[in-house]
Amino acid sequence: MRYAETGFNLEIDLTRGSIERVATDPMLTELHLGGLGTSAKILWDRVPPETDPFSADNLLIFSTGLLCGTPATGANRTIVTAYSPQTLLMGYSMMGGFWGPELKYAGYDKVVIRGKSPDLVYLWINNDRVEIRDASHLKGKGAVETAKVLQKELNDPNVQVASIGLAGENRVYMASIEHGRSSASRLGLGAVMGDKGLKAIAVRGTKDVNIARPAEFMKLCNEVLQYIKIREQKPVPGVMPILAGLGSPQEMKLVDEEWHTQNFMWGNARERKRNFWNAEIESKWRETQENVRTRLISCYNCPMKCGATISVPGISTYMMKCFSKLTYTMAAFSDLDFGFRIAQRATEYGVDGFSTPQVMAFAVELKEAGVLSDEDFAGCPSDNEGKFYWLLDRIVRREGIGDVLANGTHWAAQQIGKGAEAFAHNNIKKHEQLPLKLGMLNPVYYLMYCTGEKINITQIEGQFPQAPFPTMEEREDFVKDWIQVPDERFKQYLLDWEFRGERSNPYYPTVDMSVDIVDWQEMMHYIDDALGMCAGLSSFPLKPPYHIHNYPVLISAATGMDMDEAALKQIYRRNRTLLRAVNVRRGLRRTDEKPPENHWKKRFPELEERLLDAYYKFKGWNKEGIPTKETLHELTLDYIAEDFLRRGILTDNEDTPSTETSLETEKK
Amino acid sequence: MGEKKKKIIKTIKIDVDKCNGCRACEVACSAFHATPKYSSNNPARSRIRLIRDPLRDVYLPVYAGEHAKAECMGRGKYVIDGKEYSECDFCRASCPSRDIFKEPDSGLPLKCDMCEDDPPQEKPMCVQVCLAEALTYEEREEEVEEEVKLEDVEIGLESMIDKYGLQKVMDTVSRMAGSKKS
Repeated sequence: MRYAETGFNLEIDLTRGSIERVATDPMLTELHLGGLGTSAKILWDRVPPETDPFSADNLLIFSTGLLCGTPATGANRTIVTAYSPQTLLMGYSMMGGFWGPELKYAGYDKVVIRGKSPDLVYLWINNDRVEIRDASHLKGKGAVETAKVLQKELNDPNVQVASIGLAGENRVYMASIEHGRSSASRLGLGAVMGDKGLKAIAVRGTKDVNIARPAEFMKLCNEVLQYIKIREQKPVPGVMPILAGLGSPQEMKLVDEEWHTQNFMWGNARERKRNFWNAEIESKWRETQENVRTRLISCYNCPMKCGATISVPGISTYMMKCFSKLTYTMAAFSDLDFGFRIAQRATEYGVDGFSTPQVMAFAVELKEAGVLSDEDFAGCPSDNEGKFYWLLDRIVRREGIGDVLANGTHWAAQQIGKGAEAFAHNNIKKHEQLPLKLGMLNPVYYLMYCTGEKINITQIEGQFPQAPFPTMEEREDFVKDWIQVPDERFKQYLLDWEFRGERSNPYYPTVDMSVDIVDWQEMMHYIDDALGMCAGLSSFPLKPPYHIHNYPVLISAATGMDMDEAALKQIYRRNRTLLRAVNVRRGLRRTDEKPPENHWKKRFPELEERLLDAYYKFKGWNKEGIPTKETLHELTLDYIAEDFLRRGILTDNEDTPSTETSLETEKK
Repeated sequence: MGEKKKKIIKTIKIDVDKCNGCRACEVACSAFHATPKYSSNNPARSRIRLIRDPLRDVYLPVYAGEHAKAECMGRGKYVIDGKEYSECDFCRASCPSRDIFKEPDSGLPLKCDMCEDDPPQEKPMCVQVCLAEALTYEEREEEVEEEVKLEDVEIGLESMIDKYGLQKVMDTVSRMAGSKKS
């Protein structure tokens, strides 16, 4: 018997219309755990690096994590992977909700989709019965609406649906995959789904997920739950409210937006409004939020309430979480009411709430600068909010200028020319970032921004405070019960960290400390993404219930595998390096690893080079960020070394022959 | 009439306004009732199910009660605070009209047992994991009249009388008695 996992993947070929149930190799679980780790392995093995994201050969993988469907609190994430049309690298995006556990109960760990259907279809997975069904009646329908129609059609309210809207159908690069209160939004995976002619995957399962050592596992799960209870009553003092507790930033619960509205940039990540927040706005926004928020809601088997049902009078109900509450508001220089209204339409269309507002603000800026013409905007209303609705409608339909904007700011700027590139200023690896522009370089964040394979800071950061605490008392108080640290030295890093003077940014944390801290942060995210654990209970918040000390026993009790901290760290290193290898083979090199140029005002080129050098060295990669033969061997990834040697990516003396290949090469 | 007797009524209080729809109650229930205990997890086997329709803001935890062999003749609908519920949403029976409260493999009916355990659990598992406190546990004492034990035949006849009326049952019994004798 297989424990925690089902031991089966579904293999769907949409070109041939074939469906297979395939047993997986248990050895892969030992090597990669599951989720992101095993999906990356499939991508490496089966999708050659020259594959176009919009090719029938690109694989779109919906994966559960190893602990999904077990009683482990918060293990409910679905990890979606494919080569991204936007970055051309491996795209992985995750969603919470109920879909992943339901797939486990249906008896599958992953759904691996290849090929393309000539007509729009949806997939119906009902335990052993799996069907590819006609979806012509769903064409053009909203993502939320599609889920509603399918639950009715399949006559079961417990059917869980992941679906795309118009944006995905039209291969918009910011297209998301929507599921209830959650979505896999980043990196254009909805566009890949649409390219395959797949409108939705509906899942229903009534089978068991088994646990190897039940009593021990349950005891550990209860400890986690008890910790959550206690931790929720003890918010971390001295940090902003949204970072004081557990879960995603509690945007649906909290109304106080002083920090976001005054520290994040408005418009096309341009303008900081330092004195924006006042009592009048707070009271108005509170009224808005409380009027539309029907209920705070959770994902599967998790007590946190990170999402909310939003019912704006006159438009259909949808669910929301986190920061998308403010992205449209701030991009359009508008208010919260507009934010909730346009987000409803955006959710039905199925677009990424980070990238899409920025693309629209970018278009407005280009128009104001005269780069885009009146003709491009023919028919566009003159009022500010109207412009954004108009642009959103054009983008998801790929009409007129919308067809260009639908490729995101990086590619749109190249197509538009006339200096438009300077306006696509907030990207990393062609992907729009949070609208943050700061003063002093933070070495830890520098590394995360540069090297994170997720290309999304909130999915890389966590664990370690974002800024030093002002007084020694506060620091000592913070480290007192900081049981999550992998080693006591991390406490010292924090104790010594000052706002000013020698031990402050950018030279403190030192280069080596920065690398060390980032490694811890990455480690927790990579473990979470393999287990299907929500970052909100583990890698993202301060002092989370899951950490490197309790994970090994939990994994061992659930699966029956032998596991200790050293073994788990080794799996993390293997998965981290495997992802890097997938992207190296797609052309990723050191030159691509940089934050937006204007992210920090104060930059330190020499220090930045040293940081990258040290990071690569720590990881066992060469100066180009390519894993070395020795490292690959140590991680039992020799097949990658052989491939790199064959392709000339590595040579026998380890040095890269040239740095010509890079992401900056033209899109195929 | 029987004698008065004291009885502990185990009660789970359900505050639907506090429910966040996480279904941890279903997880804990199905794990607890697995054999061996906690060895598997499957909400389809849970004796508490969350009737859930997020877009209509319907969150209704319901416990499995007695099995019903036949489904009801009709279906009532309730509208509470503007939200429409089927009367089945509140019903605790496993019955032919729906899938819930039945073992997925055998179809055998499931019933909440308040997590009877040795040593006893302080509270049922669903309550223990509900940090939202939508489910809380109470014990209250009630004075109940001890029931007069009915014979099997009497129970059967009682229900026939309930359904068809005394006269019809009497007529039928005498007609059958007549035809059996001849």
